[in-house]
Amino acid sequence: MSILLNKDSRIIVQGFTGSAGSFHAGKCIEYGSQIVGGVTPGRGGTTHLDRPVFNTVEEAVKKTAANVSLIFVPAPAAADSVMEAGKAGISLIICITEGIPVLDMAKAKQFLKTHAPQARLIGPNCPGVITPDECKAGIMPGYIHKKGPIGLVSRSGTLTYEAVHQLSQKGLGQSTVVGIGGDPIPGSSFVDILDLFERDPQTEAIVMIGEIGGSAEEDAAAFYKARMKKPLFIFIAGKSAPPGRRMGHAGAIVEGSAGTHASKIEALKSAGATVIENLSEIGSTVARNFKPVVA
Amino acid sequence: MKLLEYEGKEIFRSLKVPLPEFGGVIDKPAQINSILKRLKKGPWVLKAQVLAGGRGKAGGVKLAKTPAEARAFAKAMIGMKMATHQTHGQTLKVEQVLVEQGVKIEKEFYFSVAIDRKIGSPVVIASSQGGVEIETLAAEHPEQIIKKPLDPVFGLLPFAARALAFELGVPAGHIASFSQVATTLVKLFIDKDMSLLEVNPLVLTPKGFVALDAKIVTDDNALFRHTDFSKRVDIEASPAEREAKKHDISYVGLDGNIGCMVNGAGLAMGTMDTIALAGGSPANFLDVGGAANQERVERAFKIILKDPKVKTILVNIFGGIVRCDMIAEGILAVLKKMKLQVPLVVRLEGTNSEKGREILDRSGTRLITASSLWEAAQKSVAATGGKI
Repeated sequence: MSILLNKDSRIIVQGFTGSAGSFHAGKCIEYGSQIVGGVTPGRGGTTHLDRPVFNTVEEAVKKTAANVSLIFVPAPAAADSVMEAGKAGISLIICITEGIPVLDMAKAKQFLKTHAPQARLIGPNCPGVITPDECKAGIMPGYIHKKGPIGLVSRSGTLTYEAVHQLSQKGLGQSTVVGIGGDPIPGSSFVDILDLFERDPQTEAIVMIGEIGGSAEEDAAAFYKARMKKPLFIFIAGKSAPPGRRMGHAGAIVEGSAGTHASKIEALKSAGATVIENLSEIGSTVARNFKPVVA
Repeated sequence: MKLLEYEGKEIFRSLKVPLPEFGGVIDKPAQINSILKRLKKGPWVLKAQVLAGGRGKAGGVKLAKTPAEARAFAKAMIGMKMATHQTHGQTLKVEQVLVEQGVKIEKEFYFSVAIDRKIGSPVVIASSQGGVEIETLAAEHPEQIIKKPLDPVFGLLPFAARALAFELGVPAGHIASFSQVATTLVKLFIDKDMSLLEVNPLVLTPKGFVALDAKIVTDDNALFRHTDFSKRVDIEASPAEREAKKHDISYVGLDGNIGCMVNGAGLAMGTMDTIALAGGSPANFLDVGGAANQERVERAFKIILKDPKVKTILVNIFGGIVRCDMIAEGILAVLKKMKLQVPLVVRLEGTNSEKGREILDRSGTRLITASSLWEAAQKSVAATGGKI
């Protein structure tokens, strides 16, 4: 078992024929993911990477029975693509695009709630989701992953790869790795994904990579304390970041007294999570404190 | 991007949000004379135009009762270096001063529109206790703060604005005035893709509500559809930060002396933290982006080296899409072009990392390689102290 994706996931790519869409769809196919087609308005009826191209998501879903959409559409039109995927009945929407206006996401989220309650959105501004050895829907380097019992959820991209790499090197494989993205309004929160991991039989322990800004980590701490039993390891980036300055991600900013590194660490520690202070020790700390049932 | 108060008020004025009588924006003390000639009736309010809250306590807001006082305040304020609780130990030089006519205040309210990350939508935050910092109010009188989630499409509907006015205790005769201002400001927030719009205080005068202040932060991701903002220079960013932005490099200058070049924002922050943990101090945050190529690596080096504090450079690349061998070639090409005067520590991991390390080792170039981030951070700290 795993969460969100498995070998049966049928994926379409929105923004399929663009340069990012083409490149990453190709890599996902190489990994073994079932990319069953793509959508580029105006290119319907052609083929790309040996897959059919459709004008609309609705048509793509009808013809391919896709249940996942991976979005590479440029920022100005990305929120529209999210809503189109939801309306067409897609159940998992993964939006890689970065730089989407915050209010576009607020509107898209509201739209999904009202018009596409079946849809779960991951991202935007995220590396995507991977269930090792089964399905990769994102831009992460597939080969660093290894199948196993650790669930990983993160707000960052390359920081996630760093963590995965350390875990795999220690022989600790992953059930599913989820990048929820670094934007102020993410489609799914830490809490949403922690909930899925807690209920997933394959996942035995969870690594969470947070960063300064917002209160998603504090919310995760409260949820962990109230509802979870599996061991949770956390690293929060941005301890050395000065307040008031945005650190790359639109969401990574300490404003006033909210969203500081200290408040997040404190909340998670008192909720019972294992806090990892040194980024280089994610793999070794998990290896030292956690023994998998199924090796 | 933050707007100055007078820039925000210009937008308010275009939407007919009531404001104090405008005198002018001056950058030389003598310019106040023509304002005093035109705005004959005092008192006059002089406000330092800097991008930080807490100006009043720092001497950046003055009420002048006589023309002589106004002239004296203008002279003292222009060129003044200001530190408020929001400038985090830095000082800001006052370049411009906004002059307005004073208004008769009956009651001060607080009004803002912001993004509530938790619920994923904009919210209106209002209080009948205006004029104080909202953080202070939240800490001392949280019950005095009213928070109303907004529909991002509909905004604040008139009935909801009226309900808010009643809840705030706005006198019956001024409900319409409040609703007009509140709905206009919410519409502005949504139409112009703002991430914060704060009016503190929003004051009740005998003639109705008047916006005494305007604090606006725009959403940089939406600048593509707001050309009026995108042409504006981000005065808060340093020249190096603006230069970086032009090339899609995310850079923030810091106080330390170890320059960092990293791919990915989270890993860049994590690298800074690791340097600090190893006893060093990062000179910057720098994310070269997912599509790091030789040109970007070169740009990044140039930007880092513009900071004279930099004593060592640490390159930390986790190759995913980016191949480490390509980064290694990029670094060598840059070193050939530029004479690097400071030690360079390189850590390459991920796609083709071994090949990348080999390329660096074989080149015979003087640089320090590391196989883990911790090792890289420690070596950077040692090199900065002249120990390598």
